[in-house]
Amino acid sequence: MQITYFSFWTFVCIVACYSEIMSLQKRKTSKKDTGVLEVRFVGDADVLDHIVDKQDVKVSKDLVQKLVTDLPREKEGDEEDDDVFDQQEYVEALGAGAEDGAEGGSAAIGGAAVFTFQTLKRSNKMAQMATAWARTPVKNVTFSTPDEDASPPKASKRQDSQNKTPQKGKKVQFVSTTPHRLRKRLSAPNLKSDSDSELSPSDSEEEGDEKEGGEESSVATEATPKTPSKSAAAALYQTPGKKTKKAPEPSLLEEYFEAHSSSKVLTSDRTLQRLQTPRLDQETLCKLLDGNPSRYADEIGQLNKGHEKHFNKWMLQLQLGFSVLVYGLGSKKLLLETFRTSMLSDSVHMVINGFFPSITLKSILNSITGEVLDHIGNFRTPMDQMDFIVEAMRKDPDFHVYLIIHNIDGPMLRNEKTQQTLGQLASIPNIHMVASIDHINAPLVWDQPKMSLFNWLWYETTTYLPYVEETSYENSLLVQQSGALALSSLTHVLRSLTPNARGIFRLLAEFQLENRDNPTYTGLSFQDFYQRCREAFLVNSDITLRTQLTEFRDHKLIRTKKGADGVEYLLIPVDPGTLSDFLEKDVAE
Amino acid sequence: MTTSSISKGCFVFKPSVPTRKKKKTLDAEDYFVNGSDDCKDSKLRFRICLDLWEDMKSETESVQDDLNKKILDSLLEFAKKSASSFMSREEDWASRMRASEIPVAALVLGVNLTDHNMTFQSLSDRLQHSVTPFVVSVQAKECAAVKYLLQKVLQRLTGVSMDKDEEETSTDLPQKSAHCFLRSLCDWYKTACKNSSGISPGKKRSFSQMDFSANPPIIVILKDLEAFSAHVLHAFILICSQYTQQLPLLFIFGIATSLSTVQRMLPHSVTSMLSIKLFQASSCTKHLATVIDKLVLTPKFPFKPSGKVLQVLVGLFLYHDFSVHNFIKGLQFCLLEHFHSQPLSVLCCKKQEAVVRTQQLSHQEMEKIRQLPSFMRFVEEQEPQEQVELLTSDEHLKELCQKLLKGLHRYHKNFFPILRCLHVLTSTLPKYPLGKQIRELHVTCLERNVWETEEYESAVQLLRILARDELLTALQKCVEILLPGKTKELRDALKQLQDLKDRLEQLDAYAHPLALDRHVEGRADDCFSENGLQKKTDLFQLQKTLLQMKDSRRTKERSPFELLRNETIEYIHSLVKMHLTRPESQPLYEVCYCTSSGTLRHHLNATPRTSLQMALTHPYCYLQNEALRNETGAISSAAPDICIVYKLHLECGRLINLYDWLEAYSTVVIAAEGEDPDPSEKENVDEIRHACFIRAVSELEFLGFVKSTKQKTDHVARLTWGGC
Repeated sequence: MQITYFSFWTFVCIVACYSEIMSLQKRKTSKKDTGVLEVRFVGDADVLDHIVDKQDVKVSKDLVQKLVTDLPREKEGDEEDDDVFDQQEYVEALGAGAEDGAEGGSAAIGGAAVFTFQTLKRSNKMAQMATAWARTPVKNVTFSTPDEDASPPKASKRQDSQNKTPQKGKKVQFVSTTPHRLRKRLSAPNLKSDSDSELSPSDSEEEGDEKEGGEESSVATEATPKTPSKSAAAALYQTPGKKTKKAPEPSLLEEYFEAHSSSKVLTSDRTLQRLQTPRLDQETLCKLLDGNPSRYADEIGQLNKGHEKHFNKWMLQLQLGFSVLVYGLGSKKLLLETFRTSMLSDSVHMVINGFFPSITLKSILNSITGEVLDHIGNFRTPMDQMDFIVEAMRKDPDFHVYLIIHNIDGPMLRNEKTQQTLGQLASIPNIHMVASIDHINAPLVWDQPKMSLFNWLWYETTTYLPYVEETSYENSLLVQQSGALALSSLTHVLRSLTPNARGIFRLLAEFQLENRDNPTYTGLSFQDFYQRCREAFLVNSDITLRTQLTEFRDHKLIRTKKGADGVEYLLIPVDPGTLSDFLEKDVAE
Repeated sequence: MTTSSISKGCFVFKPSVPTRKKKKTLDAEDYFVNGSDDCKDSKLRFRICLDLWEDMKSETESVQDDLNKKILDSLLEFAKKSASSFMSREEDWASRMRASEIPVAALVLGVNLTDHNMTFQSLSDRLQHSVTPFVVSVQAKECAAVKYLLQKVLQRLTGVSMDKDEEETSTDLPQKSAHCFLRSLCDWYKTACKNSSGISPGKKRSFSQMDFSANPPIIVILKDLEAFSAHVLHAFILICSQYTQQLPLLFIFGIATSLSTVQRMLPHSVTSMLSIKLFQASSCTKHLATVIDKLVLTPKFPFKPSGKVLQVLVGLFLYHDFSVHNFIKGLQFCLLEHFHSQPLSVLCCKKQEAVVRTQQLSHQEMEKIRQLPSFMRFVEEQEPQEQVELLTSDEHLKELCQKLLKGLHRYHKNFFPILRCLHVLTSTLPKYPLGKQIRELHVTCLERNVWETEEYESAVQLLRILARDELLTALQKCVEILLPGKTKELRDALKQLQDLKDRLEQLDAYAHPLALDRHVEGRADDCFSENGLQKKTDLFQLQKTLLQMKDSRRTKERSPFELLRNETIEYIHSLVKMHLTRPESQPLYEVCYCTSSGTLRHHLNATPRTSLQMALTHPYCYLQNEALRNETGAISSAAPDICIVYKLHLECGRLINLYDWLEAYSTVVIAAEGEDPDPSEKENVDEIRHACFIRAVSELEFLGFVKSTKQKTDHVARLTWGGC
């Protein structure tokens, strides 16, 4: 047996890999003790990849390099070998009860990487990482091994002259390109984090700036790559002796309890208000994004072309009673839309947008009975409706209906009953279903009986396309609510009310606007409100007021909250800007 | 017409021209043809595939029927008996006591809920066929309250046999209260019985055909007892028990776990009204074993799953659902996949057909045959002259192919009986070196040459010390297995084994004096030891005698039985070596074996989470752009926005400050774009970058990695801990 390391990266790396290699060898030799082993060193990640899974040739061909070549076996191809490996892992992992055993061949990551415990994260870790990351060039240097010719890095032209890599094949050293000031600022938040992190957003910046000069990172940084020139930036990350933990890597157990010990939130207190445009509204956002197409449009196009090849197979499998489920990163709406237009143009089909925020089971079933089956009339329960559909489809077995459900895991479709009904639909022989999922926990929606109702065939379709439509309904945190919708709904509802009722609402709105700067304002208590209404001759008894409020509540104009003292507080869940707009408009009218 | 709207979630499309009636049956075939390259054979292939699947399906159905036959028969018996006891009710106290109890058959079916439907279907069919027309089955999800349960029972009962009145009953039933229901059921039942006992009316087809007893029982099947809410069941049973005098009710509970659920769900006062009889269905693993036995371990079907495929399917069964139904579905998918992807699967059919089809193969297909790895291996072993001819002459190849296909069929015919024999021999060994189930042995044999494994070695060693009667019974079983074999090899093997068995039996005659001998010897030994004991025990003496005994044992020549046993084992070993070679060694095995275990797992047991993770952390796997290439496994900073944002969020704790996140993101992106960083501009993040960041974060939110939180201003909460 002969072991040769052709390339050395860092000693640490080798040590890390060594044990894995040894164990690999052990397995190999026990299986076949005749083969001459040739071991060459490839790299940490690839070793892992090799061990974990590489069944899918498509993906792994680029990723995985052969670590151990068993010479006599080479002719037969090592795919079977890996398969055996895989199976063992599969069974082992399943035995362990983790999902990682079930990893698909497509992913070179095992479940162990996906499902881990919470670890302790320091507040400024992200900033550090970003700076470190920014300092690495776009294209990493290939660590070429003598026996395999490394393709010359094409993208290296992007590198700055500063970033030229030493060609010795030793450690790659980078000179920072980010300005000193930025780095300082990025590492600033840690200062605050330990002390007053629970505080509400405040003007922490000034403080931070004062201390900036003499600040020292209070956090142990193990993984920071050292810069050769002991620049100020590097000094930033060096830890003062007294606070550094001298102890070696804490065990998994300790880390776990450390991570769970404090409920304190260790983040900086800065808010988006510091930006020039804290919140973009939906329109500008769309405009900006439209003008900025993806860098990898070609590759993405290619990827999607690849998925489109499966369409015929999908149709075949749909015909034979399976349902098709597509998953993977990226919006699959376009893909399914292409599928619809290219394959289903001459059959009856139905598209259901599961991400649509107000979709209901009833609307789906009504569309089927009303529009597909041309039934006029209502049904008492969804169950009756289902029975009707089953019966109608059974009577006409040559009538095929295709259902395309974008995001069958959509928030409105998640509940048990809806999924059960959808499953029953899918199990009707001449209803064929194609659906997509996106949420990471989407498969939890189905239990075994439902799974067998759907009879899914899973297809991985990673598209990398942006979820434009899917996320447009969602009220993103960062997007400014223009309030146009809320405003129009307010005016519409109020227009249909009596003048008194309008007055009541005005009263509440005005009071709320008066208190707009009061951060502790929780709402107007019912008693106070009643007093005010009485004084304004709007109501004559609290019962009238209550009836009125109920109406408001039904239209979601107000919200009530029980205070600590048990008193009801009333609040209009609309932001102040919209509210004042409304009042102005009301006055104008 | 687009499919996006802010006011609507469902869009129905109907083709403008009604092309419904046109060529609907051909559809699946068309797609099959379109999906593959050559159209001539793909049609044929599709037809073979469908035929084969039909055969396999009917086989599984018959397996299912056979399996449940026994238990269903006893259930039917039970139902009949309880019905007859209702009729011949005597007026004494004891029987009246018994009559107030409702007979219940508790059918314990196991946790594989997906398979239960089939069982219940066949059960109710059989009941309706031979015991009573009044069978109604209800599921828990239909019966949230007693009212609905009674409603369902009544609707289905009356709907079944009173076709004419169906309209009325279904319209006026819902308004009635629960109590009236059962009374109306009584009335209905009386009239129904009267009608049936009188001159049989034309509309009651079921009555006129079968001779039911005068008072057929009403059977209510509760398919999933565990899912019912306890108080619904409680009330239902109480109500029903009031009517036991008028109605011959009988319940069948479908139980997934164990009978104790009944006790747990219902109080004693209720259970005392039931007289429960337990029926235990056979376990799903047994069912699976039968299915594998009938579908896979038989030369009857030319299609064979490879070892890995079987492992995946069995793994799914054992670790995920215990559902035979799903196993069969998986097999169906394999079959489809095989015929779809392997052009030479056109030869995967019965022997005669395959031989005929070989003649019709085109030149292209001949080329495909030449490219098969197994065939190439075969060619390399041939003489050079032969090699040239095989590679150039189509005619010659066709002839050879016919021969090889015949050989393949013969191989299968020999393989399975010998496999069974080996399993019979080894399945009783301690620790089961070759597996308890035949499927394990089968997988081993498919993966590698079984006689080269360590497990086989140890099994043979154990076999060499097998007792005579054990060996005899095993041999007897082997002979039974080999008896229907038709090939020459099997008949030879049968003859040999029969011979060995006979000789073993004849050994009795020899064995008796031998045993007597030994007996005497043993007695002598006893005497000796007795003497030794009586004498003063001398340590030296003892050691000497012990050594003597050991010597004598070692030198003792083998008995005829041992010789014969060795001979038997040797013979079996030779059989194994001859017939249990792995299928890969057979030329043209690709025609019959489906090896795509990877695809199978991707499509049946996918892991969306890992693929998502993969796409986020290793975009290069999907987007083959050099800029994304990275040897060390880290993401390049030129990666798509969502990947960068994801990677950054991994470095955070429970909460993430959006501002910090944005800043970190823009740092990375600026560096990636190679812009000259201008310190003065740093304060404000570029609008486009801001927009990209917003999109990436909202996508992460959509995917479920983060969610908005009110705990702190401009923070989001992290929802996962993986991928660190």
